[in-house]
Amino acid sequence: MARKLLLEHINVPGINTLAVYREKGGYRAVEKALKTLTPEEIVEEVKKSGLRGRGGAGFPTGMKWSFLAKPEGVPRYLVCNADESEPGTFKDRYLMTHIPHALIEGMIVSSFALGANTSYIYVRGEMMPQIRILERAIEEAKAAGLLGKNILGTGYDLELYVQPGGGAYICGEETALLESLEGKRGNPRIKPPFPAIAGLYGCPTVVNNVESIAAVVPIINDGGDEYAKIGIGRSTGTKLISASGNLVKPGVYEIELGLPVEEFIYSDEYCGGIANGKRLKATVAGGSSVPILPANLTLKYANGEPRLMSYESLSEGGFATGTMLGSGGFIAFDEDQCIVRNTWNFSRFYHHESCGQCSPCREGTGWMEKILHKIEHGHGSMEDIDLLWDVQRKIEGNTICPLGDAAAWPVASAIRHFRDEFEWHVKEPMKSQSTNYGLANYANPIEKKEEVKQENL
Amino acid sequence: MSDLVKVTIDGITVEVENGTTILNAARQIGGDIVPPAMCYYSKLKGSGGKCRTCIVKVSKGSEKDPRPMPKLVASCRTTVMDGMEVLNITSPEVLEARAGVVEILLINHPLDCPVCDQAGECDLQNLGYEHGLQKTRYEFERRTFDRIDIGDKIQLHMNRCILCYRCVFTADQITNKRVHGILNRGDHSEISTYIQTAVDNDFSGNVIDVCPVGALTDRTFRFKNRVWFTKPVDAHRNCSHEKCNGKVTLWYKGEDVLRVTARKDQFGEVEEFICNECRFDKKKTSDWTLEHPTHISDTSVIASNHYETFKPLPVIKENLALQEANQRELEKTFKI
Repeated sequence: MARKLLLEHINVPGINTLAVYREKGGYRAVEKALKTLTPEEIVEEVKKSGLRGRGGAGFPTGMKWSFLAKPEGVPRYLVCNADESEPGTFKDRYLMTHIPHALIEGMIVSSFALGANTSYIYVRGEMMPQIRILERAIEEAKAAGLLGKNILGTGYDLELYVQPGGGAYICGEETALLESLEGKRGNPRIKPPFPAIAGLYGCPTVVNNVESIAAVVPIINDGGDEYAKIGIGRSTGTKLISASGNLVKPGVYEIELGLPVEEFIYSDEYCGGIANGKRLKATVAGGSSVPILPANLTLKYANGEPRLMSYESLSEGGFATGTMLGSGGFIAFDEDQCIVRNTWNFSRFYHHESCGQCSPCREGTGWMEKILHKIEHGHGSMEDIDLLWDVQRKIEGNTICPLGDAAAWPVASAIRHFRDEFEWHVKEPMKSQSTNYGLANYANPIEKKEEVKQENL
Repeated sequence: MSDLVKVTIDGITVEVENGTTILNAARQIGGDIVPPAMCYYSKLKGSGGKCRTCIVKVSKGSEKDPRPMPKLVASCRTTVMDGMEVLNITSPEVLEARAGVVEILLINHPLDCPVCDQAGECDLQNLGYEHGLQKTRYEFERRTFDRIDIGDKIQLHMNRCILCYRCVFTADQITNKRVHGILNRGDHSEISTYIQTAVDNDFSGNVIDVCPVGALTDRTFRFKNRVWFTKPVDAHRNCSHEKCNGKVTLWYKGEDVLRVTARKDQFGEVEEFICNECRFDKKKTSDWTLEHPTHISDTSVIASNHYETFKPLPVIKENLALQEANQRELEKTFKI
């Protein structure tokens, strides 16, 4: 059984209450951090742990903290990004629903480390139950003297607020989140300046994912070195994966980074294989924004070695044959799923969620959606596939925030790996409406290309 | 370290003050290497970065850190560093990406230039002419909105809007109370007022001037004439409004002043904002002290009918029939 750090006590009845949480060793990290460590030492521990941001980009958390500007007389803020709205990702919601105190404990320790006296948890508006759970948990912590003035008699003050968002995907982008938190329209800001210099209300701010903040708790309890022993290479620690799609046991799993993808999908400890005895066709490994991969490239690299669940291993081979760990939204597609339809569905989402601030994303996402809709419903032509490729290339990299890239990558990778299926939709418009392209050769072992010897000229 | 930094744009080196943006550095050099800007407006704080037409490639970050920037950057919001090297029109990558942005800006544009009052002085028209395709590849229905009259002087034609946010910044910064903003999200975003309230304050008319396209037009000039048939003349008056200095451009057709706008510089930006009284209510020559004809760039379509360039084109010199036709047109135009 692999080691669990965040979800160790998930099955204990009443773990969402302060009493049970403390009984199971909760808030040890707060006592240890506030009473025995200095803020610098905490940052150093987090740096040593090698913890990388769990929200998608995978930027080292300790490094992000050390970039925070510390001018005199200006407040600093810690903002927790709980605006989880990526299709396929639901780990933060799970964590907040069942162990809200893990997040609050992490917030207290992290705020102390950053010198913030006011911290915010920005929760997506649709997650009203979670907002209530968090607010109740904050009340409990306050009553126990873990929040508010003079925490545990150490002289450190912290006010923690939960702010519901309006339910926009774009507010998961850190600068859009800050705009929204300030009460403005949630448009991403143009960087620089980065939030570490001028963030919330123009003050230095750190924005972290729920899981990153919760992971600070075991780091402080066991020490950064101990945490760094788990995992593989630069991907240290454990990661929550929200597995969904045609799996026998979909759900949230805590894995040690470095677990082979094959084991994650097929072992009984995790997803237990593909449902109904079908075969795997494709996966999206890290939430809807990352490139989609066919089954053969999901399980193995292009050179035949097994692929692992880690930041480096999943991105092995670049976008040509790899993908990204992203936020850990693992979606599996069996042989009956249509990739064109799925790509259209993702595009529709990005079209709906584009903020409309910069032109390539505002207009381009809608254009891609319309072309995909046309192909999916059997009205497409071969030129449409090339046009689609061209449009996604014009969006990628030309936008203010990463939403443009996130909209372009799934489309690009679907065309790159599943072009046969797109062409089949064009060539067999009637058939494509009633039947499915099926597995085709997407699960076949990858042919090793023989190296062509260059002859001397 | 001195306050001046060296930056090289398309091989031309210029020394600019520290903190200048790439776009403004390029404007100091001038000429073809100036990136086009649809949303940036030097007089409006916080504008820019949205339309992405001014993107350039930074091939060398600075003297200290010579790595190139990984992506194309918006030149209006990227400040120069000492020793920075920038490629604009010498980079095929930039030109391709810019053509892509122009195509994307035009996919939902109604292309109703023949009936649009902005035609002839429209930034999007110029941009499309320089970078656009002959034919559209967009074959779906364009999104449409209803026209809205915001007040009795300004009409909002949202179909033409490219969401540059200039008018929002204008209302925010030069008027006391902003009553309009952006509603909705994505490609359904629209400039709008709160339940169609009239935009009503002394400087609201300036949103017409800052609009790069024909989305906000002057209702007093609506369908009166094509801009290239009118003759711009700089004029001034003693305006009683404390914030307005009364320096304007009058657009004449024959004896009539068809419209009044603020004076614009070579980049199409307003030099000084004017009040609504000057803009909408003073349309008699007797209200104004005329100065001189406004200088119009040779490349502008307005110049084709302008006195400064009133020489027959070479092709006319060789063709007798054209010469006669030209003579008739001349007389017609000058008959006052």
